[in-house]
Amino acid sequence: MSGAVLTWIAGPVLRARSDGPFRINEAVAVGPRRLLGEVIRLQDEEIVVQVYEDTSGLRPGDGVSGSGLPLAVPLGPALLGNIFDGLLRPLGGAKSAYIQPGIFARPATVFPFEPAVSVGQRLTPGQAFGRVTPAQGRAQQCLIPPDRQGRVLSIVAAGDYADDVPLCELEAPDGQHHPIAMSHLWPVRRVRPVAQTLPVSGPMLTGQRILDALFPIARGGKAALPGGFGTGKTVLQESLAKGCDADVIVYVGCGERGNEMAGVLHEFPQLEDPQTGRPLMERTVIIANTSNMPVAAREASIYTGVTVAEYFRDQGLNVALMADSTSRWAEALREVSGRLGELPGEGGYPAYLSSRLAGFYERASRVRALNGSEGSLTIIGAVSPPSGDFSEPVTTHTKRYVRCLWALDYARAHARFFPAINPLIAYSEDVPELESWWERAGNPQWAAIRRRFLTLLEQQAQLERMARIVGKDALPPQQQLALLCAELVNEGFLRQSSLSENDRFCSPQRQSAMMRLVDRFITLAAQAVAAEVEVEALQQLPILRRLHRMGEELGEHDMDKLDVLGAELETAFARLHPGAVAAGGVAK
Amino acid sequence: MRPNLYTAGNITAIQGPLLFLRRTVNVGLNEAVEVYGGDGRARQGRVAALDEEVMTVEVLESTDGLSLSGTRVRFLGEPLHFALGPDVLGRIFNGVGKVIDGGPPIAAERSFRIDGLAINPAQRAQPSDFIETGITALDLMNSLVRGQKLPIFSGGGMPHERIAIEVARRAHLRGEGGGGFAIVFVGIGVPHHTAENFRRAMESSGALEHTVMFLNLASDSSTQRLLTPRYALTAAEYLAFVEQRHVLVILTDMTNYCEALREVSASHGEVPSRKGYPGYMYSDLAALYERAGGIKGQAGSLTQLPILTMPSDDITHPIPDLTGYITEGQIVLDRELERRGVYPPIKLLPSLSRLMKDGTGAGYTDPDHPALASQLYAAYARAVQVRVLASVVGVEGLPALDRQYLEFGAAFEQQLVRQDEARSLEQSMALGWQLLRRLPRSELHRLSDAQIATHLEQNDG
Repeated sequence: MSGAVLTWIAGPVLRARSDGPFRINEAVAVGPRRLLGEVIRLQDEEIVVQVYEDTSGLRPGDGVSGSGLPLAVPLGPALLGNIFDGLLRPLGGAKSAYIQPGIFARPATVFPFEPAVSVGQRLTPGQAFGRVTPAQGRAQQCLIPPDRQGRVLSIVAAGDYADDVPLCELEAPDGQHHPIAMSHLWPVRRVRPVAQTLPVSGPMLTGQRILDALFPIARGGKAALPGGFGTGKTVLQESLAKGCDADVIVYVGCGERGNEMAGVLHEFPQLEDPQTGRPLMERTVIIANTSNMPVAAREASIYTGVTVAEYFRDQGLNVALMADSTSRWAEALREVSGRLGELPGEGGYPAYLSSRLAGFYERASRVRALNGSEGSLTIIGAVSPPSGDFSEPVTTHTKRYVRCLWALDYARAHARFFPAINPLIAYSEDVPELESWWERAGNPQWAAIRRRFLTLLEQQAQLERMARIVGKDALPPQQQLALLCAELVNEGFLRQSSLSENDRFCSPQRQSAMMRLVDRFITLAAQAVAAEVEVEALQQLPILRRLHRMGEELGEHDMDKLDVLGAELETAFARLHPGAVAAGGVAK
Repeated sequence: MRPNLYTAGNITAIQGPLLFLRRTVNVGLNEAVEVYGGDGRARQGRVAALDEEVMTVEVLESTDGLSLSGTRVRFLGEPLHFALGPDVLGRIFNGVGKVIDGGPPIAAERSFRIDGLAINPAQRAQPSDFIETGITALDLMNSLVRGQKLPIFSGGGMPHERIAIEVARRAHLRGEGGGGFAIVFVGIGVPHHTAENFRRAMESSGALEHTVMFLNLASDSSTQRLLTPRYALTAAEYLAFVEQRHVLVILTDMTNYCEALREVSASHGEVPSRKGYPGYMYSDLAALYERAGGIKGQAGSLTQLPILTMPSDDITHPIPDLTGYITEGQIVLDRELERRGVYPPIKLLPSLSRLMKDGTGAGYTDPDHPALASQLYAAYARAVQVRVLASVVGVEGLPALDRQYLEFGAAFEQQLVRQDEARSLEQSMALGWQLLRRLPRSELHRLSDAQIATHLEQNDG
């Protein structure tokens, strides 16, 4: 391993004079506490290192020792259900209440292992050589690293083993012998190879009506979630982590609040995965680099997260990565770039911001993994634009690479209307691919109703502008009805409280039922108004209040009650037949 | 600790707050220094950059009067520390941790690095204890919980100090009659009378012996302002996590802190980000605000109430903007409400408490509290929307329902937001229910039939 001597230091960046070869992105240990760093520039004898920890106390003359390997993280069965820092060092079970700098040993964990191969068998890259079935948590495959292959020379018998001891020995085609453990190292900046990228097919269901019904995302898709502070980015990200139908969730808290991470850690073990009924934590990996942890590690945490997500994808699983927030990651890029004296681009960000964002979002896809199984990685990145202004560089560049934009809105958040997604700005390019899925799921009108809702919402915005000039009373009945119906779409369908026991998650069946009820009301109301029933009379229908509150009151187990509500809706309008009920006749 | 090291006569340049010295001693990055000029006064500083020949020292006070030859530098061999002991309560310090109340120095028990260490997120306790402040706009609408950081976004001339003093005097947990907080008051670039007002208010309520004050007055060095909250938060952490007390830290005015940050950054010649503030302002502010919270297994907690004055009342200015992205909500004050005589002039729509969901509802306050707050928010938002409409087309052009909303909005501000005396949460809630009776039941989408029956139907004339 090469060594170097520190010659200059300021903040998290140092220069050192090397006495041997170093490589770009090589991991290094700096100073007596062996702080973790990465080589980011080479020039003659000099290396430039970005340090991922507090550099206080370092001085010229301190040693820098190379590892010979790029910055890499161990991927294995110990990831699920745990919390890590931005460099995948475990934070759970730590003795100190504070983050202490320095490289520390990762404790090995013991897992029950069952071999899936036998001596003499030829293994290809990425193939499973065994599985672990922990007492708690899900079974996982143990993969041959993507850059290894060969003939099995030895394999252990079933039993309990630590995750870092070699269990299998491979003889590579070139004759070299490779020991393989349950967990293997993989460089965070290197994309894990796949056999083939596949086109998207089905949706990743989020359990949020405004997303699944209006702006759906496909498995392997990518979405951005921009919003000013207080518009509910984090709450929505957490709701997605709780409710979406992925097999594994990788939640990256990048430069965000410590108390939020504490909240996730407190809440997730108590919540059930709505698909499997197991504790939610069992399918979750949390990567936490809070805003007060070192900035350089914030830059790495996004790559760490996506590498972990790819590892699970390679096991043939559907993985969702939530990154909150990519703006903090971009700011970390800007800060390190500034210290290196690079020429700043737009907004002070380095000129390579756009290509870095592209590289990150491109890692989302549906794939055939090296071992032939199909998996997907869906990326949902929160963006925190300064002053909520979507024209800033991170938001505009992100928009070029994502397929779904879920833009959050102050006006809705201020009225405590959540999720505060503005349906007039949000979009999803995955809609055409997903229409057939909803048809197969028993909702053939999905696309038509979706269009009807969106048209109404657009119309509402226009009419409200007009009402500002002529007054609401002056609007013709048809237009007053449109406002009434748009409000029902908003309040009765799109609003969904993450705090409501019944409504924090909404299955596709319930979404379809609710969608049809709202759609039916709109149809019936239009007929009634055409038959000269007053809009005010419709407004006072008790059934309208029931529709407004159906999400909150009728949960997943009340599907039959939604049918009853449908029948009541028909009766209510039948009774409202022209002339039968005067406007004042409805109970107040 | 290593022995102190001195160097004299090695200074090659002074540029703004930066001293460049020949590297004659082996010191480490970020270690503290004291710089003595011809006047013999110690100025605090730190080692900002090092190479093999040159040490760069950042002086955290004015470099007025320093000369190349007559300046001595003492190296302390470790980053800035603050020595603390239990008798810190009731004392007054200047912005760099020196006693200024005329009393003896504090009997130090332990010494702590003023930058603090990041709390391991896995070791944080989930904040969930509701704090009753007596202010309806907080307790009912934006509840504060122990371990939260909730800033007040204010503006010059608005009564943020009065609100902070009222919170400091009244804040208590429900059911624990009088179980109050230790208060750490941090004046950053504040005028003398602000500090004096606060001291007198604490004295008159008998809370002075539970209060520590850190004062960097407007006349003090602006670069020192960067250290003041760090010293104060170190004392607060000591009280919370060594002495196991519940601590409420009031930081005023964070705008002065950020101005000092911009000044220092500019003097370093750093590439500025928005409005000249440095690109790392987010991380720097986070290093302060994130020191709020609780730790698993520890009885104490640290709650922060930072106050900042928004430059030209602009909430999109980088100071409130970055603060809002770090803190757990914000309380926004409004000049228009204040002019209309509404005290406290809290503008509810942009105000928010992110941790409210964790400290209210069944098991914490009242089972119907969250639904009531949500319904009041929805109705008030509609009322504000209608008000805009009314200002264009006139009240006459509005349908009857919208006129009801208009009246609701006015009553909401004048009766619920406005208050002359402290209210218990029960009183605040009763007021909320009473206001909702002004609206037709069919409009109350966020209340269940049961909630309407219990709270709105009885005594209904």
